[in-house]
Amino acid sequence: MSTRAADRPESAERAPERTPNQDPAAPRLKSRHLLGIAGLDAEEITLILDTAEAMKEIGGRAIKKVPTLRGRTVVNLFFEPSTRTRTSFEIAEKRLSADTLSIATATSSVTKGETLVDTVRNLEAMSPDMIVMRHASSGAPELLARICRSAIINAGDGMHEHPTQALLDAFTIRAHKGRLAGLKVAIVGDLLHSRVFRSNVILLKTMGADVWACGPATLIPPGLERLGARSTTSVDEAVEGADVVMLLRIQHERMQGHYIPSLREYFALFGMTPERVRRAREDVIVMHPGPMNRGVEIDSAVADGPFSVILEQVSNGVAVRMAVLYLLSGWDGRNDEALVEGR
Amino acid sequence: MPQVMDADRMSRALTRIAHEILERNRGLDELALVGIRTRGVPLARRIARALKEINGDDVPTGALDITLYRDDLMRHPVGPQPLVRRTEIPFSIDDRKIMLVDDVLYTGRTIRAALDALIDFGRPRVIQLIALVDRGHRELPIKADYVGKNLPTSLKQSVQVRLQEIDGTDEIVIEGEP
Repeated sequence: MSTRAADRPESAERAPERTPNQDPAAPRLKSRHLLGIAGLDAEEITLILDTAEAMKEIGGRAIKKVPTLRGRTVVNLFFEPSTRTRTSFEIAEKRLSADTLSIATATSSVTKGETLVDTVRNLEAMSPDMIVMRHASSGAPELLARICRSAIINAGDGMHEHPTQALLDAFTIRAHKGRLAGLKVAIVGDLLHSRVFRSNVILLKTMGADVWACGPATLIPPGLERLGARSTTSVDEAVEGADVVMLLRIQHERMQGHYIPSLREYFALFGMTPERVRRAREDVIVMHPGPMNRGVEIDSAVADGPFSVILEQVSNGVAVRMAVLYLLSGWDGRNDEALVEGR
Repeated sequence: MPQVMDADRMSRALTRIAHEILERNRGLDELALVGIRTRGVPLARRIARALKEINGDDVPTGALDITLYRDDLMRHPVGPQPLVRRTEIPFSIDDRKIMLVDDVLYTGRTIRAALDALIDFGRPRVIQLIALVDRGHRELPIKADYVGKNLPTSLKQSVQVRLQEIDGTDEIVIEGEP
């Protein structure tokens, strides 16, 4: 086909045409929300990563902006502190020309006792097109997706999922390895409290990677095998021959009990040191979703070393979030029949 | 399905366009070709090859994806968005003469989007437009500087450009009732 849809005449004489995006064979996202990696298939993940490749180029231009989401409003609603993710979403939104506003709960009426649903209903009354949200409760975005006309993008919910982090990790891995299938990926750290871990395991397994989960027995979540990951308490076994080593933060703030004897002991047993990295493949990449605890899960020599792609992950985050915002912007909740019928 | 151009005539049309470019621009200094995805890209490379054969100079080529600049993108938000492909312009366009290449010139809306996209990359000295086929029915004040073939069509017809690099064959066919 050489007649691009943008180049079709607006004239009334033409036969009714499908809008530009309606090639039924073209890959597409099946949901109008992004609540988690669970539910995405390999084709949808590949579509997001491929679109992010195109978005990445925009970040390298002198004028880092395209007019795509002009006139669209995106609300960033963060009920938990975040610097990296919120900034990344804001930059992504601005590069696509969306109007954005960010609400941090410390300054919002949430502190006056308003419930989540009421807060969001009030925001919705002002007709935003998308809501990017982070919340301490697992499933909060899912709840909102049921009542909202706006598209909901999960920017991290409790211990459940953090889909855009897993997507940017996959994007970074693919940029270095050319593929995801068949790679040995060792994920070391606090697996139990980590939404990044859950999203990553689901994504990597969907794409055919071999995932090894490693941490103290107290921090390995039950039912890991159901996700298809192998688990071990030996960091040497996990890292041996790995293509990718991904470290996760020890989340003091989510720990109610004593999962590890001390941070110093954790570092001695699981901390990623240059000696441990040497067990991995020569072309290994070392990743960390941030924020890093140097000297706890990662040695500074590794964090700043030649295998580290930690800052690349951060820059790729913008491209991946642009891709997600773009791909979800084609839907309009006002026309969503399922929603009108109340599902 | 009448064929309106075969491989031989397509190659001659592109060579003629290359000669016209040389004539109008008095040499290839500061010249670059930018093809609009999808089929403008191989066409731009072919014209660059033709220019090299005639003149011996290499002309840089780039690829432009206009999806994010389309004027109809957000007007009917009822489904999945069209695929975005990579824009690759591996040279500065500042003060260059840019030859923008597309396969079919029709309403002019693609070219409008392409001009917006290009200008985000810098400030070319001049932008000229090359179209393999001009089928008429413009909706914007846009005109090609170099045309392979002027092809009068009705709105009900569609013009298909097929290229070896993408479709395995070189031809232009016109489909539908006149």
